[in-house]
Order: sequence, then C-alpha cells, then structure tokens
Amino acid sequence: MAEAAAATSEKKVRPIVPFLRLGDRPHLVGKKCRSCGAVYIGNRVACSKCSTAGAFSEIPLSTKGSLWVYSIVHQSAPGIPTPYVAAIVDLPEGVSVRCNVIDVEPDPAKIPFGMPVEMITKKVREDKDGNDVIAFFFRPVSKN
Amino acid sequence: MRDVYVLGVGMIKFGRYPDKDVPELAAEAALLALKDAGMTMKDIQLLASGNLFQSNAMVGQRILQQIGQTGIPVINVANACATGSTAFREAYFAVGSGEYDVAMAIGSEQMGKAGLLGGGNAAREGSVEGILGSGLMPAVFGQAGVEHMRKYGTKAEHFAKVSVKNHKHSTKNPLSQYQVEVSLEDVMKARMVAYPNTLYMCCPTGDGAAAAIVVSEAVMKRFSNKPVKVGCSVLTSDPWTERDLTLPDVSTLTRSAAKQAYERAGVGPADLDLVELHDCFATAELLHYENLGLCKDGEAARGVDEGWFAHGGKTPVNVSGGLLSKGHPLGATGVANIYEVVTHLRGQAGARQVEGAKVGLAHVIGLGSACTIHILTA
Repeated sequence: MAEAAAATSEKKVRPIVPFLRLGDRPHLVGKKCRSCGAVYIGNRVACSKCSTAGAFSEIPLSTKGSLWVYSIVHQSAPGIPTPYVAAIVDLPEGVSVRCNVIDVEPDPAKIPFGMPVEMITKKVREDKDGNDVIAFFFRPVSKN
Repeated sequence: MRDVYVLGVGMIKFGRYPDKDVPELAAEAALLALKDAGMTMKDIQLLASGNLFQSNAMVGQRILQQIGQTGIPVINVANACATGSTAFREAYFAVGSGEYDVAMAIGSEQMGKAGLLGGGNAAREGSVEGILGSGLMPAVFGQAGVEHMRKYGTKAEHFAKVSVKNHKHSTKNPLSQYQVEVSLEDVMKARMVAYPNTLYMCCPTGDGAAAAIVVSEAVMKRFSNKPVKVGCSVLTSDPWTERDLTLPDVSTLTRSAAKQAYERAGVGPADLDLVELHDCFATAELLHYENLGLCKDGEAARGVDEGWFAHGGKTPVNVSGGLLSKGHPLGATGVANIYEVVTHLRGQAGARQVEGAKVGLAHVIGLGSACTIHILTA
C-alpha cells in the first residue's frame, strides 16, 4: 500500500472481483468450510451446505479446470459484445466458476464437454479513476 | 389445515397495454374472477397481490383503490417468477388455516418490452455480465439445456419441438399473447438468443393479470360453480447442490417440490390429466418433464419425439400455449396457470379442453430460486 501511495499519479491495476488475486501468478481464491469441506467463491456468513458459522479457510484455487456446460450468447444487454461462450468450469477443489471461455469458435460442434481449460487474465476496461480493471477468462489448455 | 376450493378465476389476455397501468390491469382480472365466483368485493376477506417489478409500490392496495377499499388485509408478494403462485399460496393458507373463509389472489405485471435482458442495466460500470460468463436468464437456461444434452445426448431439435408444440397449443387459447403456429424449421432458423434457445424458444415479455378466489368448503357449497379442490400447495427454495451457486439448479428444486406435492395430494404423475409447467425457455420445459416425473430420467427427448406431452398425448403439457406463446408477465404467470387448470377441470376450456380432466398440476419456478406446485382436483 505504501508503494501505491508513493505513486499516486501512476496507473494501478485492480481485479474485477475480490476473489481474483493478481501478481506474478494470478489465481482465484475460495473459502473452504472447515466443518464439511464445501468450497465457495465469494464470502459466506455460514456454510450454505452444513450451516456451520464462520469457520472458513481461504484457499488458492487451481488455474486449471474442466468445462462443465456452456451457452453461446448471441443476444445480450446493450453494450455487451456478442457472440461469446458463457460457461461453467469445474475446478479440482470441488467448486465451479461462472466465466467466459475464450479462444474457441462459438460453435457447439467445437466445444467438447469436459474440455481441459486454463485461466488467464486480461485488462477489460479502465475504471473511473483510470486504473486498469483485470478480469479472468478460461481457454482450452494448449496441447504443446 | 382444512380443505380449500377455487370458486372463481379470471384472466385478461396477455399482451401489451401501454395505455393502462398495473392496478387497472389487475382490477380487470379481479372483476372477472368476482363475476365468475358470483361475488362482490364485499365478500372478499383478504387479498394477496403478486407483482414483481413494482414490489415496493403497494400494488395490492392500489388495486383495491380501483375496485373497492373495504379495509381488508392486503399482502404484497414478490418471489421472482413464482410471485403470482406464492400469492395464491398465501390466499390458500389464509382460508386453510380457518382464519378467513374467502380470499383472493391477484397476479399482475407490466413489463413493456424490457425484462429478461435486465432493461439495459447489465452493461453498467462494475458489472461482470458478459465478462465472467452470464447471469441473465437466456444463458442460464441455455446452460441448463446444454447440461441435459451432456447427460443424455438430447439434441437442439428436441428443445425446438417443445416450442413448436406450445405455439400450436396457443392457437386455441384466445387469451394467449401470441396465437401463431411455427414450424420446426421456423424455430431452428430463428435468431439465436443463447444456444440452444432461439428467439421462439424464449418466452416473450408482456403485460397481464389473473385472479383467483379461494374459499372454504362451507362457502363453496353455497355457490353453483363446479368445485375445484386445492389438493396441495408446495413451495421450495433451492437446497445446496454442487453447482447451484453458479448454475441455478432448477431441477433439484422442482424434484423436491414434486415429491412433496404428490405425497400431500395423494396422487402420482400418472394421475395427471394436464400440467401447466414453467416453460420460460424451451430447454426448461424438457427438463421439467423428468423433474415432475412425467417420464423417466433421460426419456424426455423420446417423449417429445413421440408426442407424449402434446394435446391428446398421455400427459398434455401447457395446452394454454405455455409461457413460450401465452406469455410470461412475471407476477401474473402463477395465477394464470391456476386459471388454466381450473378452466379445464370445470370443462370450460372450449377448443383446447382436455376432455374429462379431473386432476391438474401447476408448476412455477422463480430463479434465485423458488418453486411452487399446486395440484388441483375436480
């Protein structure tokens, strides 16, 4: 924070959601219930599976997962570019994440279920203070 | 709980009414229900009013300002797309508890042309819509359909055939927002909204209202209408399931409601003469055939191909035209489903009548999530 304060004129980056951590190895974080092991993205006051209150550990989530299901959105609200692949990706920690899958053709014949995917980050816009807003996306794991 | 009967129902044609407001639309439906029951507002002891878009605007009291300020208790209800059916449930409990003998439920909505795409708010500063996937209904129900494809090999054509069926049904319903047949080719070639749902596989937005009057057995006996009994009223919320927080699990929600409903009403899926279920998207209807036990898991696509759920099939589904063609003014839908089932159980459904109907089921889903099931018997 001291670093940021010293360079107020410099452009900063910020994650689009609090559960995205930037830095050298960008990744998502989850909250794991210490009682039943259920994992959540985003905060829970108590576990929505077992109702145990407040007993969560923050855990880093894998940047690799597999495609559960998707839809190809051709019509959306004004200002949202289409088409895009809106997907649910399963992560090995036992939690799923809602995301866009990129670097695939928006064609059902070319989007196999269970496809291995990996997370990347990209700037999507600037906020009103001029900071870069960084989002995460998943793309097919390259075969090389 | 004592027995509860539907004495009167009313519904206005779903459509677009830019020159009227919500209380006016709702008042028209209320007056139709009163006339059907043979009652006046002086007979009504409690009002449950369901409306979603104006849920903070005392719609129920404003309806009474149109048709009679009798000072009765008013409950304003919001429960996503299950708003109207939850209002009906409130009226049902008011009478079933023994506190009231006559209660009215009204569902109303005026959506104009906004609605399922969030009225343009989705692209606002700070939104993640379209960046971190989609939380909008077309994509959510697209994904739910794709999940069925993944599990059972269901094809896009199967979902499209649901739309063909419901549009065909709607040609015999004068209260349907649209009354136009579409071919399988029309549906498949229509503009894609969110795969696999094309334009004709998404319900329209619109305006509408419906009302139902429920009464005790003693009151029912004083009137000449054919008695229609409320066999059960079930409401569930989404239980924890593996992916519910990222892809709302409308299937588990409906299955737990269906199990309770069949137990309480003492009937099974094979006893149902007609079903009005929540086909907000064509994909949703196909899932609910299995969720409601109308066929076995994995059999829905075959059932569609073989016409099991068409008028004249083994379990006619959405003979009203369904949300896909009759329309889906959100708060009105749950009461309109009751209207449809009651009309058939009385033998008053005209050209679309399911002959000899004695047991009907009305199912509604509100994303977020809520599910209601009412089973009605003649």
